[in-house]
Amino acid sequence: MSNSNFTRRGMLKTSAVAGAGVALPTIFTASSVAAYTNEPTGSSVTLGFNVPQTGPYADEGADELRAYQLAVEHLNGEGDGGMMNTFSSKELQGNGILGKKVEFVTGDTQTKSDAARASAKSMIEKDGAVMITGGSSSGVAIAVQGLCQEAGVIFMAGLTHSNDTTGKDKKANGFRHFFNGYMSAAALAPVLKNLYGTDRNAYHLTADYTWGWTQEESIAAATEAMGWNTVNKVRTPLASTDFSSYIAPVLNSGADVLVLNHYGGNMVNSLTNAVQFGLREKVVNGKNFEIVVPLYSRLMAKGAGANVKGIHGSTNWHWSLQDDASKAFVKSFGTKYGFPPSQAAHTVYCQTLLYADAATRAGTFNPCGIGEALEGFEFDGLGNGKTLYRAGDHQCFKDVLVVRGKENPTSEFDLLEVVEVTPAAQVTYPIDHPMFAGGALGTCNAG
Amino acid sequence: MLGMNKNDTRMLLLVAALTMLAPFILNPFPTDSGLAQFNAGYPDLMQRFVIFGIFAIGFNILFGLTGYLSFGHAAFLGVGSYSAVWMFKLLAMNVIPAILLSVAMAGIFALLIGYVSLRRSGIYFSILTLAFAQMSFNLAYSVLTPITNGETGLQLNLDDPRILGVSQTADGSIPVTNLFGLEMRSTFEMAVGPWAFQFNAGYYLCALILLAVFYLSIRIFRSPFGLMLKAVKSNQQRMNYTGLNTRPYTLAAFVISGMYAGLAGGLLASMDPLAGAERMQWTASGEVVLMTILGGAGTLIGPVLGAGFIKYFENIFSKINESVLHSWFSILPDGLEDLLVTLVYPFVGKGWHMTLGILFVLVVVFLPGGLVEGGQRIVSWLRSKKSDDKAANGKTEPAE
Amino acid sequence: MDAILLQILNGLDKGSAYALIALGLTLIFGTLGVVNFAHGALFMIGAFCAVTVQRLFSLSFETIDETQTDFLGNALKVKTPYVEAWFGPQMGGAIIDWAVPLAILFAIPIMVFVGYAMERGLIKHFYKRPHADQILVTFGLAIVLQEVIKYFYGANPIQTPAPESLSGIVNLGAIIGMDIVYPVWRVVYFLFSLLVIGGIFSFLQFTTFGMVVRAGMADRETVGLLGINIDKRFTVMFGIAAAVAGLAGVMYTPINSPNYHMGMDFLVLSFVVVVVGGMGSLPGAVLAGFLLGILESFASMNEIKSIIPGIDQIIIYVVAIIILLTRPRGLMGRKGVMED
Repeated sequence: MSNSNFTRRGMLKTSAVAGAGVALPTIFTASSVAAYTNEPTGSSVTLGFNVPQTGPYADEGADELRAYQLAVEHLNGEGDGGMMNTFSSKELQGNGILGKKVEFVTGDTQTKSDAARASAKSMIEKDGAVMITGGSSSGVAIAVQGLCQEAGVIFMAGLTHSNDTTGKDKKANGFRHFFNGYMSAAALAPVLKNLYGTDRNAYHLTADYTWGWTQEESIAAATEAMGWNTVNKVRTPLASTDFSSYIAPVLNSGADVLVLNHYGGNMVNSLTNAVQFGLREKVVNGKNFEIVVPLYSRLMAKGAGANVKGIHGSTNWHWSLQDDASKAFVKSFGTKYGFPPSQAAHTVYCQTLLYADAATRAGTFNPCGIGEALEGFEFDGLGNGKTLYRAGDHQCFKDVLVVRGKENPTSEFDLLEVVEVTPAAQVTYPIDHPMFAGGALGTCNAG
Repeated sequence: MLGMNKNDTRMLLLVAALTMLAPFILNPFPTDSGLAQFNAGYPDLMQRFVIFGIFAIGFNILFGLTGYLSFGHAAFLGVGSYSAVWMFKLLAMNVIPAILLSVAMAGIFALLIGYVSLRRSGIYFSILTLAFAQMSFNLAYSVLTPITNGETGLQLNLDDPRILGVSQTADGSIPVTNLFGLEMRSTFEMAVGPWAFQFNAGYYLCALILLAVFYLSIRIFRSPFGLMLKAVKSNQQRMNYTGLNTRPYTLAAFVISGMYAGLAGGLLASMDPLAGAERMQWTASGEVVLMTILGGAGTLIGPVLGAGFIKYFENIFSKINESVLHSWFSILPDGLEDLLVTLVYPFVGKGWHMTLGILFVLVVVFLPGGLVEGGQRIVSWLRSKKSDDKAANGKTEPAE
Repeated sequence: MDAILLQILNGLDKGSAYALIALGLTLIFGTLGVVNFAHGALFMIGAFCAVTVQRLFSLSFETIDETQTDFLGNALKVKTPYVEAWFGPQMGGAIIDWAVPLAILFAIPIMVFVGYAMERGLIKHFYKRPHADQILVTFGLAIVLQEVIKYFYGANPIQTPAPESLSGIVNLGAIIGMDIVYPVWRVVYFLFSLLVIGGIFSFLQFTTFGMVVRAGMADRETVGLLGINIDKRFTVMFGIAAAVAGLAGVMYTPINSPNYHMGMDFLVLSFVVVVVGGMGSLPGAVLAGFLLGILESFASMNEIKSIIPGIDQIIIYVVAIIILLTRPRGLMGRKGVMED
């Protein structure tokens, strides 16, 4: 077999040469010549990186792509190896995956579920990708996860924080390394309790769509459990750019904590507006008014600038962590690109490595084999401490970081500081937790 | 043939040939050559070509014939998609009832919105349709989530109460959309030498429907009804002064074009059972306007070409990333390679919007008749070159 | 009561941005008869003028500080802005702090030039073409402009704070004995917009140039026959309209961090505003801008949302539909405009 045949069609070509142009039927669903969708038969394997390259999350997408490229380099034995050296599983040898050189195709999700699915489909149908990864929004991740389930390829979710991704919309072929709304709440609640006490009145502003709702539900439940009172939950239109008319009523509501369940441009604007209205200097019932942003991202903290100072939130990973793995990753990313990686970059790098490792341990690219290898897999050395890929819902359980906007940043990247590392046990929930109920994993589909 | 004149018959046959042979035409490059990047002959994109072709043909019945510029047509496409997915969830995985319901629902919506919006004309009409569509989008995204599943989009679940059919297959997965058992996603692959061609069942269903509605639109263009609509475009006032109430005619055109959009939405959902709210956003309405204008508004084939053009851009150009560029120019010396990559990079990959914008501006400025006019100019230029004596007839006839 | 006053204030404040953009749109439409879909992009470019000025002021040189390290463990490169080095930290810091207001001076010539170039380079070829073509070409242009900005500035919002002394809050209700706190900069924005609107109206009302322009808006042909080069003046008006949009953008940056698609976010709304006000009517545009701003603010009050869920998402469109159906030419539109 020649070296150039790296796609499924490459394989077809080879067989066609043998059969002298005989038509060869393959059907995606039924048993076909290939054992599973896009079985790589040449000397290389193709992965599909599906990230937002246009639209409001384009900068996250760009950072994810950088991390993917880095991961591919490391898998192929180029560069310094990054977290491959610290990863607890030592299967990866830097010779690609299962000896096949890793190649990749990229696509643009535009942060729209339709476009994301179209892009993923073209990677599967045209480029012969055997795994799809990426996404910077829960709606997109869930839509693409569903597609991968139907097509019979593995989906390694990128930045998606909604409970639903591994809750009611979980799929057997989908895996998530990133944390979720429930974990944010579980990690934040004790910290908030220590800082602000148990007698607080919280006011929620929530982006009016699925992710916002699940996070609002999680945070409200966790804070109410420690004695806080929820004054109001207000939904804001996703298209809002000016949140002043939602912030103004907070002033006289009697609330002394504002929870902003917003992300991206929404979060930057609502936080900026809240600070403009003097909420941070406000004193209610003899207590300082506080703002909480449950899901933080450094790229967004940058957009909000000085407004984030002293504001608490949670994050999946931060470059200032001092464990060996994080340091190795920051070094290798920083050397290549000149700035530290974002949490989105970290999670997709991990996902790529985890996929490669699972394929190596399973000895196959068959999604069912990889699924088995990932289910219940315990690992360490990827920057989050000891981590478990739970078999029941394909969610990673690991430590969650509670962070705070830094008061005196020393550089343009130094915007957040880690306040506490909440241990994994504290954010773990049972599979049948009501916030994750409904839906079923189903069975793995190999196409 | 079929009540059409010779030119129209020829055009229909041309479209028929193009759609039926699309798997060959769109895959001109061998799969392992560097140019395989530009191959578009895979099921998903081919389906999109014809589905958005149907959408644009429908839009053209309204805009091309009556001159009413609707900025809210995507709403009907969205309604069609949602109806179809609900049909899959509740009734059966067969695509026929889903498509029928989506056309009917879109027709009802179009009737309501059209009845109100057509009370005004010009930009007021555009803004009214825009307002209705944005309302639908905003509501679908938020308050109507129980029906639309909001941001995630409406999709099939393992526990859908399907009346005719099973909730899940024996191996525990969601059943797939089919036409009396023929699965929409089943694909037949044929390898000829270094080429590979894919023949997809869903695509051929869409293509046959495209031919049917294309034929229908030819008949509408040529009918007395179509003539009436053209009269509305050229001078509505005069029509009114002759004592003729034009509104029933424009409303009929609006509803027909809304049903085309619903059909497109239903087909999209049949090929891939998911309906996202972004389908209804005003930018999606803007996209069908772009398609129609780019191809040539008021011409029969223009909208189909425009749809294909934009979808090709969206799906193929956006995939050209930096490393692909480097591999293209790798034979050049290093400095030159980097220079070329830097120059080209802003316009491909994530910059595909920019290229599309520039092209669009150029087309509107220089080719008001769209790609069709461009084609005609080339043809007439070639002809005038052949016969220099017969002074070139510079005036181009609109192709219809 | 406090809450209602606060929302009115907030509506006026939101309305300022709508009114300024709609005013520019109407100026262009009234003079040149062009429907400019790229007007939102002009607003966005204005905002990025402020970003650019801020960046220019913060241009820094690097010195290596061996005592500190960066994230990779190398010696930290400390950045010192040139202005601080030239004018001393005190004065230099103040200049950087006041970047946004100072950007106005920078934005006016830039925006007038951008507007002039747009009109001469592209739009003038479209006077005789149908409105649909004008919408399309300017829409295409808007896409190109925002992609260019994205290429240079990225997709994430960029923070551009107001000067320290203007970024606090002020209690506006103190005079009447109520407690209505409001951000200073938003009050500044409202006053600024009144100033600009007043400026434009008095320019048209009290100067000869303005008089000619008004005459041209009413009857272009006759003014032309009087031997006045009305086209040239209209081109100038395009520049002015662009500058108004640009200024609205510059001053808006401290309210919300600008990003490349802020223009598109405002575009649809500002068109609705223009149409509600009546195409071609300057007072109509301003009135409708403030009106819709206030209505939008009220619709987002919890009391109202609890009666009609989701009303804050659609209020603007509902109002637009009702007004267009009951008053065919908008609030103050003239007969026969844009109805062909």
